[in-house]
Amino acid sequence: MTRIEEYTCIVCPAGCLLKVLADQNHIVKVDGAGCQRGVEYASQESSDPRRMVFTVIKVRNGELPTVSVKTSRPVPKKHVFTLMRMLASIELEAPVEIGDVVLKDAYGADVIATRRVGRLKKPVYCSY
Amino acid sequence: MRRMLEQEYDVIVIGGGPAGLSAATRAVEKGLKTMLLENREMLGGIPLQCIHTGFGVHCLKEDLTGTEFIARLIDRAERLGVESLVRTHVLSINIESLREKTVYAVSPKGLLKIRVKAIIYAAGARERHQFEVGLTGDRPDGVYTAGEAQALMDVYGVLPGRRIVILGSGDVGLIMARRFVMEKAEVKAVIEALPYPGGLTRNVVQCLQDFDIPLYLSHMVREVRGHDRVEKVVVTRVNGEMKPVEGSEFEVECDTLIVSAGLRPDIDLLEKMGVKTDPATGGPVVNEFYETSLPLVFTAGNALVINDLVDYDVEQGEAAATFASKLLENYETPSLNWRQVYRGRNIRLVVPQLVSGKMSVLFYARVQHPENNVNVTIRETGFKRRLLRVKPGEMIRMKVPVEELAGLNGEKLIFEVVE
Repeated sequence: MTRIEEYTCIVCPAGCLLKVLADQNHIVKVDGAGCQRGVEYASQESSDPRRMVFTVIKVRNGELPTVSVKTSRPVPKKHVFTLMRMLASIELEAPVEIGDVVLKDAYGADVIATRRVGRLKKPVYCSY
Repeated sequence: MRRMLEQEYDVIVIGGGPAGLSAATRAVEKGLKTMLLENREMLGGIPLQCIHTGFGVHCLKEDLTGTEFIARLIDRAERLGVESLVRTHVLSINIESLREKTVYAVSPKGLLKIRVKAIIYAAGARERHQFEVGLTGDRPDGVYTAGEAQALMDVYGVLPGRRIVILGSGDVGLIMARRFVMEKAEVKAVIEALPYPGGLTRNVVQCLQDFDIPLYLSHMVREVRGHDRVEKVVVTRVNGEMKPVEGSEFEVECDTLIVSAGLRPDIDLLEKMGVKTDPATGGPVVNEFYETSLPLVFTAGNALVINDLVDYDVEQGEAAATFASKLLENYETPSLNWRQVYRGRNIRLVVPQLVSGKMSVLFYARVQHPENNVNVTIRETGFKRRLLRVKPGEMIRMKVPVEELAGLNGEKLIFEVVE
């Protein structure tokens, strides 16, 4: 049985409307894409949708109380909220450097710090 | 009484965000004695609170988060030895003569009196708040601007509420909708007064549709209700003239209202100095050197015009510093005959507002409504470029070479979008 799925491409600001013709297990055809990247996006989105995850994690004794993090590559969409819950329980000790790996191999990606958080010279328990 | 600290510099840059950092870095590269002033605790400005990617795609050829991007700019400035002061707030600027200005500022070191030749003003923008979008009703706790909510969540780790309504569908509002859902808050609705979303299509898709968040176009929040905390908002449909449609009101229960109603250049300090402003941009009127109506006072970044991409702020900051250095060497602007750039068909704003016709100019413009297959033209010089589509949410960035400005006759030129 074939089915038609519609996606709006998010690869670039043009926002092409993509039509994917697919049967049980594979994609037959992608229509409406302005470029090859759109075809790849639609195929990925139809078979195995993935998302980048951005959030913040608690930091102790830092100049700021949180460090921002991202996944090193997109993770399966269905695991995004499980990953968020895992990250909510992590607490780091300052200093944190950009690129530090916060969590290794979570659903095929590493979780990486994206903000530098220096250590407070005089540790405090609540800075804000 | 403590004495005022007196210092002397060639250039002072006000504001340590992307535009200011880029301006200060370029000014130092040009050999100018430069001081960068920032009024928050650390350099960086708004990208410090932007944990999503989309930064530096053009100027660094990498897709970075705001936090990663700004760290690169700060590191580069530090490597070059850019002098900066944080927690320093400029109180006033006196213009003594063309090349002499006195800047008074408060800093942790005390009062500062800085003599400078040129100023680059890059203090960014402020958010439009609830009273600028006609919100009435109670005034309970729980009403935040999108930027405040972003700083609370992504810098300080505080979730501002659990059941959210977002007013405005600009990119910041859309990105915050996704952030709230990711942190397990419920986003009940995004309300937009215009018949189309304010932000990029891809943000509507990946921030709203991905999480089934309802987007109400041609609707506005009329009233906030709640005693201590927001309890509900009253939403109404609006017609083409932005007037509420009778009988279309409905209530949405929520504990938080996020106002994401866009930004305005923050130029209070320049206005006090009597700078000429452009009602279309909300920023100062500038010539092609990014110089305001005050000689050797330049502006860049969101203080000049609200930019969609951080790359433009960087570009404007660097350009302002380059021009500052050039004009400090040889001040010729008074002898130039400025032509005013008028907003023509389907143009909401355009900068710079003054051009000489003696050099190539990079224009930034925004349209009033979306269109496909159009030409950007300057009729007076015959300049014409085809664009596949234009949208209010996406700035037009258009370089017009000197050859296509040189044929200028008369006082004005009209920048417009035609079919």
